Amino acid sequence: INHIVHNGGLYKRPFNEAFEETPMLVAVLTYVGYGVLTLFGYLRDFMRQWKIEKCQNATEREEQKDFVPLYQDFENFYNRNLYMRIRDSWNRPICSVPGAKVDMMERVSHDYNWTFTYTGRVIKDIINMGSYNYLGFAQNAGPCQEAAAKVLSQYGAGVCSTRQEMGNLEKHEELEKLVARFLGVESAMAYGMGFATNSMNIPALVGKGCLILSDELNHASLVLGARLSGATIRIFKHNNMQSLEKLLKDAIVHGQPRTRRPWKKILILVEGIYSMEGSIVRLPEVIALKKKYKSYLYLDEAHSIGALGPSGRGVVEYFGLNPEDVDIMMGTFTKSFGAAGGYIGGKKELIDYLRTNSHSAVYATSMSPPVVEQIITSVKCIMGEDGTTIGEARVQQLAENTRYFRRRLKEMGFIIYGNEDSPVVPLMLYMPAKIGAFGREMLKRNIGVVVVGFPATPIIESRARFCLSAAHTKEMLDTALKEINEVGDLLQLKYSRRRLVPLLDRPFDETTYEETED
Amino acid sequence: AAGAGGQQWVLVEMVQAFYEAPAYHLILEGILILWIIRLLFSKTYKLQERSDLTLKEKEELIEEWQPEPLVPPVPKDHPALNYNIVSGPPTHIVTVNGKECINFASFNFLGLLDNEKVKSAAQASLKKYGVGTCGPRGFYGTFDVHLELEERLAKFMRTEEAIIYSYGFATIASAIPAYSKRGDIVFVDEAACFAIQKGLQASRSNIKLFKHNDMADLEQLLKEQETEDQKNPRKARVTRRFIVVEGLYMNTGDICPLPELIKLKYKYKVRIFLEESLSFGVLGEHGRGITEHFGINIDDIDLISANMENSLASIGGFCCGRSFIIDHQRLSGQGYCFSASLPPLLAAAAIEALNIMEDNPDIFQTLRAKCERIHKALQGISGLKVVGESFSPALHLQLEESCGSRENDVKLLKRVVDYCMNSGIALTQARYLEKEEKCLPPPSIRVVITVEQTEQELDKAAALLKEAAQSVLN
Repeated sequence: INHIVHNGGLYKRPFNEAFEETPMLVAVLTYVGYGVLTLFGYLRDFMRQWKIEKCQNATEREEQKDFVPLYQDFENFYNRNLYMRIRDSWNRPICSVPGAKVDMMERVSHDYNWTFTYTGRVIKDIINMGSYNYLGFAQNAGPCQEAAAKVLSQYGAGVCSTRQEMGNLEKHEELEKLVARFLGVESAMAYGMGFATNSMNIPALVGKGCLILSDELNHASLVLGARLSGATIRIFKHNNMQSLEKLLKDAIVHGQPRTRRPWKKILILVEGIYSMEGSIVRLPEVIALKKKYKSYLYLDEAHSIGALGPSGRGVVEYFGLNPEDVDIMMGTFTKSFGAAGGYIGGKKELIDYLRTNSHSAVYATSMSPPVVEQIITSVKCIMGEDGTTIGEARVQQLAENTRYFRRRLKEMGFIIYGNEDSPVVPLMLYMPAKIGAFGREMLKRNIGVVVVGFPATPIIESRARFCLSAAHTKEMLDTALKEINEVGDLLQLKYSRRRLVPLLDRPFDETTYEETED
Repeated sequence: AAGAGGQQWVLVEMVQAFYEAPAYHLILEGILILWIIRLLFSKTYKLQERSDLTLKEKEELIEEWQPEPLVPPVPKDHPALNYNIVSGPPTHIVTVNGKECINFASFNFLGLLDNEKVKSAAQASLKKYGVGTCGPRGFYGTFDVHLELEERLAKFMRTEEAIIYSYGFATIASAIPAYSKRGDIVFVDEAACFAIQKGLQASRSNIKLFKHNDMADLEQLLKEQETEDQKNPRKARVTRRFIVVEGLYMNTGDICPLPELIKLKYKYKVRIFLEESLSFGVLGEHGRGITEHFGINIDDIDLISANMENSLASIGGFCCGRSFIIDHQRLSGQGYCFSASLPPLLAAAAIEALNIMEDNPDIFQTLRAKCERIHKALQGISGLKVVGESFSPALHLQLEESCGSRENDVKLLKRVVDYCMNSGIALTQARYLEKEEKCLPPPSIRVVITVEQTEQELDKAAALLKEAAQSVLN
């Protein structure tokens, strides 16, 4: 499926998203692979049950053997027999700053991944294509770190109280004003954890009698927040505006199920960039629909804030839209700002309501001061208020890196999902064995990648996901591309049936972002 | 040959019967066959579940529908709208709204918030790792500091394994739904904190509340469940049961009767989850919490969860227990798998705080002595009663007699708090979400005792509270 949209003037620049179909042979072989693994899984479970093979799982205490079993055997089937084989691709421990290059602690397993031992050696200078470091603010030196160090020595690491009690520091107020200015909204509020921002604020905004329309591929935090709120949830197909419009029409015309009463509110939950697909939400169309059907929009910009838009203000700026059209702008500080936490921005009434009714303000400890200082410094840097053009340069660099990397991978013949401009690049692997193989081969060549399989993705669509960063130089990208090419040939990953004609290797295009008409 | 012959014979018989049948019989059969063919090919019969609205009517409905405003307006004098602004670090002497006060409101029990050693450990970590981890634990977000902290916590609590979360609230709220699913039964104390309530809501299990610290009530509920089980033993064999209690309750300041709970656990075969946010680093000879306080074998408790935001003066939380239990959360704890890991500087601060706790085991006794002192001093204030154990560092002061409505009680307590703030003691009211709590505690003033407060300061605070109560409530 390939969408290139110039939809009736709503889009000011081409919206180029592609999700190439799985080749039939590959799909069949993937199912065969899973079938073989399942059979062997049953065999091994049988052997473990009859004590032919040693069971290396942790077991229940002797005194509690007659309690109801805590886990169902089948629940852990996938864990024991499939995940355990390739477990070394995840939870890799690092021991340096998670920048463009990272040091990893070497670990080996002598019993097929059941236990790991650390050899004590450190693998140095692995090119890091897995950390969410879009603008390269994960640094252990520089103005951000110095400011954070100063605040740390003055304030200490913790706060020991909630926002509503004794935990509201002046720093928090400063941060919130700055974030509101950065986003172009009236007011903002910051929280200590991005996941908790969603799961604790959506229940405060909607309740029973309201309707939530949520995208198919929304993040676990949005799903949890929607469930905890008690509202009715309906799911529309991923980024599919016809599906959303149909649901909206049906909802308003037919009202609540069975009682037919009108809905109190309708809330649309979408994300800026979907981290597993690399797709960008069709924001102009969503806003047009939202206005037509009088519903509210909750935009989760966890991955897109700082990473999209000519000055890094996120997906709203990328499409040239007005931030006041989005009712609730939510985002996290973990990805592009190199800190931790989340925020919600919007009108003053909304934020006042959240200050009094958000679960986090009443029961959860406020943000740690050095983390707050890191965010303040990095936001000022991106906005250019610290007197340099570092922020602007980084945003440009990220856009160039994205375009270059995606183009080269497509030319090599891999299947890449997602939008042309998204710095999250999923490369399809499909077969379960290739998940482990890809991760290990890339590590041998000193490149750290993230591989994802079931249950984070549909069962046959496992992928490797690259997260580009403004800190990656062209040399690093070229090295990485060379190795990916090699491994791709080795593992036969070049599934794409549409080959782009390779462009002559020309220097970066300065006009990556054309002036949009205001 | 016989078979073929037999078949032919049947066919001949059929054709003969066809010719000899009466006309009406043939016509009837023909009509029936045509009817069957029609039924086979006609469209399936749709139930009229949607009324047939015309396009114009639908558009009118869409035009007419008016949603509620996104948020209801908040009155300007809402008690929680204007926060206290703290300038500078919220340590022993805190500057609140411009006034310097002695801090009786931050949960900084062991005074580690501005400890120099903790700060320098955090500084070293900051220089090495920067601030953020830029990823969840599964994707290059696991640092050696995290692994070290987990090991140290497990060793300190004498369990097999520990797992850390990056947010205190999310710790118990992610741990409970990882084990308890739809159809399981959880017995929880009425005074459980909000994080536990959210964890239970996310788990979709059957919740049974028992009266606060009332073991007889709990046993009653367990017995009822047992009789239910006997009616349906197959279902009982797969229904997991849990008891969720707190070591030191945040809402009431008293402790749970753990030895009786352990007896109930083995009698009725329920697992115990213990939330030790306030008792970790406070109770017990070495600060290991309520299990050390009662001298109970730690393996008897299935899961201990605590947050590091009180005694350890850092951010985040941890769960500890046997590997059999804790390892499960590494793949099913939502707040662990889908969220970025704890910033390394906060983990380093927690490690250093643990070092200090291990090196100075006498601070726990000092803290408890201070708590007893102020508990005694606060007795006998007319109009306010002290709620909480004598050795609990987080007490509540509730009105002896309510004025009628919660709103007025809150206003009255605010006046007491303001009086104290103006005279140099920083206090706060305990904050709750009134509409969301299952069992809303009465309004109260929170008094927090830390090891840094001197005896004069404790006496001063008690005297000031007496004075404030006198002037405001009488």
